[in-house]
This record gives sequence, C-alpha cells and structure tokens, in this order.
Amino acid sequence: MKKKKTFSGIYVAVLTIITYVPIILTVIYSFNESKSSVSWTGFSLKWYEELFRDREIKEALINSLILAGSSCFLAVVLGTLGALGIFKMLEKPEQYKAFAKINNVMGYISMLPIMIPEIILGMVFLAVFSFMDLPFGMLTLIIAHTTFCIPYVFSMVKARLVGMDKALAEAALDMGATPFQVFWDITLPLIMPAVLSGTMLAFAMSFDDVVISIFVTGAKVNTLPVKIYTKLKTGVTPEINALATMMLLVTLILLMISSILSKKWKKK
Amino acid sequence: MKKTKGCIWLVMPMYIFTLIFVAFPFLYMFLLSFMSRAKVWGVDFTFTLANYEKILDPLYLGTFVDSFKLAFLSTGIIVLLGYPYGYFMARMSEKWKKRMMLLIMIPFWTSALIRLYGWIIVFRSNGILDKVLTGIGLTDSPLKLLYTYPAVVVGMVYGLFPFMVLAVYSSAEKMDYRLVEAARDLGASSVKAFFTVTLRLTLPGLLSGVILTFVPSMGLFFIADILGGNKILLVGNVIQEQMTKGRNIPFAAAMSVILMILTSLMMALYRRVSGTTELEGIM
Repeated sequence: MKKKKTFSGIYVAVLTIITYVPIILTVIYSFNESKSSVSWTGFSLKWYEELFRDREIKEALINSLILAGSSCFLAVVLGTLGALGIFKMLEKPEQYKAFAKINNVMGYISMLPIMIPEIILGMVFLAVFSFMDLPFGMLTLIIAHTTFCIPYVFSMVKARLVGMDKALAEAALDMGATPFQVFWDITLPLIMPAVLSGTMLAFAMSFDDVVISIFVTGAKVNTLPVKIYTKLKTGVTPEINALATMMLLVTLILLMISSILSKKWKKK
Repeated sequence: MKKTKGCIWLVMPMYIFTLIFVAFPFLYMFLLSFMSRAKVWGVDFTFTLANYEKILDPLYLGTFVDSFKLAFLSTGIIVLLGYPYGYFMARMSEKWKKRMMLLIMIPFWTSALIRLYGWIIVFRSNGILDKVLTGIGLTDSPLKLLYTYPAVVVGMVYGLFPFMVLAVYSSAEKMDYRLVEAARDLGASSVKAFFTVTLRLTLPGLLSGVILTFVPSMGLFFIADILGGNKILLVGNVIQEQMTKGRNIPFAAAMSVILMILTSLMMALYRRVSGTTELEGIM
C-alpha cells in the first residue's frame, strides 16, 4: 500500500513539473537580455520596459477587458434569468407541458456554441455577420463571445437550482414572504456561488479566445490573444515573454481572489 | 395566471438571443453549404452540391483523415496520461487535493497561446530540449523538433490535458472507494478490481474527458499553425484558409457541416454509452 502511494505521488509530481516547464521557461527568458531565446546573456528588465511602451498591446488589452466584461455581463443576465425561468417551469410540469419540448430544443441549441469545435462557430459568425451587414469590430466580438459565455453561466446556475433545497423557499412562502422576498433573501444568495463561478469561467474563456475572435474581429480592433497570435506567427520577440509573465501574474491574482471569496462564502 | 407568464418572460431574453445569434447562423451555414461561390467575392445563391463533391477530393478528404488521426492520437495519449493523474489526485488527502487543484487551474486559466509559446522555447533548434539531450549525450545534433508533427501532438496533448484530468477527477472523487476494497477482500486481483469496479464507476468522467478533448482538437488550427509551421494542414486550417484567403465561403460552410455532423455523432455516442447529457468535469 505504501509503495502504491509513493508511485502515484511521483507520477503526479513528474507530470505536474512537465506541465510547468514551458511556463517557467517563459518567465525566466522574459528577464533575458539577449533578443534570442536560445542563449542566456544576462538579467534585464528591458523587455518589460518595451512592453509598457507598446501602445498596440495596451490597446489590445483594454479591448480584451471590455470584450470579456461586456459579454460576461450579458451572459450573466441572460443565462441566470433563463436558468431561473426553466427551473420554475420544471417545478410545475403540468402547467408547462406545451413548453417542455421547446425548452429541450432551445436548451440544446443554446449549448451548441461550446459543444462544437470553435472553428465552426468562428466560420458561422463571419458568414452571418457579413450577411447581416454588421460592421466587424467590438459589436460583433461581443455578440459572438456572449453566445459561448451563456452556456457556462446557464448550466452552472441551473445545476445549482436543481440541487437546491426547496424546503427553505416553501417555508418562507408559508410564513408569508412575497415571491420577490423569497427570491432576494433565499434563492439569490443560494445561487450566487454558481453565478460567480460561471462568470469567472466565462470571463476566462472570453479573455483567452483566439479562434472565434480572429474571424469576427475586423481590421481595426485587436484583442490581446489575436495580437499575440499574429506576433507569434510573424516571429518570436522577447516582449511576448514579458507579456506572458504579466498575464500569468494576473491569473495568479485572480485565482487567489476567487479562492478567498469561496472561503468567505463557505463561512457564511 | 400572472405567475405562469412570469416564468416565460424570464427565459424569453435568452431564447430570443439564442434564436437570432445561434439558431439562425447555423441554419444559414447549412444553406450556404449548398450555394455556389460568386466570381469575385461572396456568395451566389444558386443551389449546388459541388461543395460536398469537392470535399471528396483526395486533397481535402486527406485533411479530414489527418485531423481525425491527430485527434485520436492526442486523445489516446491524454487518456493514458490524464486518467491515472485524475484518479491519483482524487485519492489524495483533502489538503493535497486543494493544492493540486490550484496547480491544475493555473495553466488551465492561462492563455493557451502563452502556454504554447513556452513550447517554442523548448523545441527550437538549439533550444532547451536540444541542449539537454546533447548535454546528456542522447543526440549529437539538434533534433529540430519545432515545426514537426510530434511538436503539434505535444501541443495538443498539453493544451487539452487539464480537461481530461478535471473530468476524471470529478468522477473518481465521487466514487466510493470501499467498493474497491470490498472487491479486493472478496479475492479479486487488483487488475480485476480495477476493470470491474474502478473503471466502470469512473467511466462517465473518462468519456466526458474524451469528448472534451477530442471535439476541440478537431478545430484548434492555431496549434498546428504555431508548432507545426505551415506543414501540417488540419480541417481547422483549411476552413480558416477558405474563409479568409480562399474566399470560398460555401465550401468552408460545407466542411463545417461535415465536421459538425462528425462531432455530433461523437456526442450522440457519448450519450448512448453514458446515459446522460451532462458533461462531467467543467460543468
């Protein structure tokens, strides 16, 4: 038994280390003075200086934040309301018999964006936005990203609602609370963790997306991943190392905030 | 009566958005795949089956086969590496589970491009890997792994590995380990106990992991682009090229339709085998 534990420990440790090798190398080489990432010539912060001076990168970063923020916001509103509505209908199946089929079909269609290879979604949006004559840019990006952010929020909130203890809401209703009070004081706090984790996942997916963005971004607007992609294709610059390190730092901070938040939620 | 309507109004915004921006676009893609290509740019709305015939051209059929091969290979490697990883993780102490979760989540939340970029540093000729290998005397000359098939496979496996781990982990975590112990007490060998108890109970996670890695791997054209140079063409690359450079939107639509049918078949198979519609792991 002891031997087994050591083996599994080593197995997990080795794979985890391999996972981190490319990430750590990127961080190390961001401080390399030389322009090539082949040899180490000394410690320097000049790539960071260059990064902070790069106006295009700054613009791309702001665009990415606006994009992820707005599509998450839309997804949270639409997805949470949708999950609440569906849940209410599931509670009273006789009343909503006519809707059961519609809900099934719509549920399937709304999950489609995250069930198929991203490239198809990108292709579809490029075709349909030119057909609708929408100007390519922030608007098309937000629409496209919202479609794949909704499923994350929707499915997480719905799962939470289904797993929720119904007795609480019923007790409150029995004691004379209005449906709105029940929603505000009981349902909302209960689904909040799901709303938050769905939002974070959606934000990360939107902030990270290259494939769909490339298709719907147009010539004028660049998001950060699109910018990085074009830079990687045209050639490697150490500036990217610095950028990657900064993004890693942001990821770490976000993860820390989320773990602190989830601890707080649990205490409540 | 008023309440009845209330619920419908709640779902309405999402349904309307979905109809306009998901259902309609996909319907449009389907129709497009039967249209002809305009002479200069755009679409000529006359019915044709030429796009589908063109896919049967060995050149394009080959990319489908290649993409499938790569997806199978990557998914296979991910299963072999990720299944034990997720399973071992679920058997750790609570404290270590949390730590490992964090270690998995950091790369998972980091931009895929940036993680790929790290591999460029590793694979470049005279890069880290070459130096290490020549250093310990395994090879004399640089391997020049960047822009080769193995590099693309590594990129795919690396990028999609966390999905498998999370899916298997969430399944294995719920498993009652006493069942395995009972099987062992009753005289089953560890191999037999694994195949009859453990594997069966963690199958939903494993299958969902397979879907979560196989489906995206069909479309991740940028991995083949960045680590494979322009040498390796996958369905994703062809669709992208036809859309942007080739300007043959109907043909790209036809390829997308076929790709979608293939992935839907995979999903249907998953539902058939696992009996659920939910994917275990990220949801």
